[in-house]
Amino acid sequence: MNVVIIDYGAGNIKSIQFALKRLGVDALLSSDVNIIKAADKVIFPGVGEASSAMKKLKESGLDTIIPKLQQPVLGICLGMQLMCNYSEEGKTEGLGIFNTDVKQFNNTVKVPQMGWNTISNLKSSLFDTIIDNDFMYMVHSYYAEPCDEMIATTNYQLDYASALQKDNFYGVQFHPEKSSKAGEQLLKNFLGL
Amino acid sequence: MLTKRIVPCLDIKNGRTVKGVNFVNLRDAGDPIELAKQYAEIGADELVFLDIAATLENRGTTLEMVLKVAEQVNIPFTVGGGISSVKHVDALLQSGADKVSINSSAVNNPDLINELSQKFGNQCIVVAIDAKQINGNWKVHLAGGTIPTDLDLFDWAKEVEQRGAGEILFTSMDNDGTKAGFATEALTKLSEVVNIPIIASGGAGSINHFEDAFTKGKADAALAASVFHFGEIPIPKLKQELKKQGIPVRL
Repeated sequence: MNVVIIDYGAGNIKSIQFALKRLGVDALLSSDVNIIKAADKVIFPGVGEASSAMKKLKESGLDTIIPKLQQPVLGICLGMQLMCNYSEEGKTEGLGIFNTDVKQFNNTVKVPQMGWNTISNLKSSLFDTIIDNDFMYMVHSYYAEPCDEMIATTNYQLDYASALQKDNFYGVQFHPEKSSKAGEQLLKNFLGL
Repeated sequence: MLTKRIVPCLDIKNGRTVKGVNFVNLRDAGDPIELAKQYAEIGADELVFLDIAATLENRGTTLEMVLKVAEQVNIPFTVGGGISSVKHVDALLQSGADKVSINSSAVNNPDLINELSQKFGNQCIVVAIDAKQINGNWKVHLAGGTIPTDLDLFDWAKEVEQRGAGEILFTSMDNDGTKAGFATEALTKLSEVVNIPIIASGGAGSINHFEDAFTKGKADAALAASVFHFGEIPIPKLKQELKKQGIPVRL
């Protein structure tokens, strides 16, 4: 299977590559539009700050390519947030794939949220054989607001969208590549879509 | 609900674990990768690798180890010890470390915290603080606790948060090695003065100590070494007991 991880200089993408390798898949890191378009599956990672990540996407023209992709696409963490309409972080316009906004946690909770939290109200084949209230590893200061495209929720300060899906586009706030067996199962499910 | 984290800490020297471990079913107790895999398997939430002989010469060896851990272990891990430059942090993150922990270098050059957090995001910058009480005041110590400073623990904690630290790893030198419990009062006060996660370290000797760190001390995570390495507190049992006490843990 031809899996491409979009490499736009944002964050620790090696962990995702290694996690896929543990599942027997050699994923390619690439920023080349043609290679990304030709992939069977595309992973859109991201760690760091939203406006600078968006700037990098624009510089490489990936901001117009990603929303047009036809194959299954999985946004992880900041990748998922950039697929939304708008993020409060750096007042950033997103790719507009998911019809929701990204907001900052307030100071009634510790920010960033760091650690293992549960995912509930699972609604997609992305979660096949993953049980409601299973644990995923989260590290983030901003969250996606609940919306129609929500396929999982997590509670921290409030119930927020910890996973989203629209057509062939999937997004998860947590890090499946660091989420032990449940995370491995999710990646396996994505590869099987 | 966000759960409390249990974090084994492995001391590394030249790419091997030291201080010895006494773990069942390990072919090579000195192999950090095998130990890390075992810990991930039994339910550790996160791992810390502390390079206790960090020098320029062995930096390559550490990077190789980090790469192998990232390849084989499916939970997050932090690398600390002798980290003092943006370039070094970049190399560690590129090799697959999820977070880096800085300690003396942050005190000697506080701007480093800002630089690292701006470049890599605050989620991967842990500031480790070693402190002990001198005349009733918690004072920050450097270089593995050997050099005292005038810095007050709580002032310094506030400053590192403002400069962009994503997490604080607080080791009480008064408690470290005593197995008499974590410094819960100092932990409580830390949680009051900052709004980033706190990892408690130093003093773990029994399951009750972890419970106190989380309830009284309000810590977000608790770190220990020998009680885990020597099987004195098995992690599955620890987490089951914590759950019974109503503390949220990942089982």
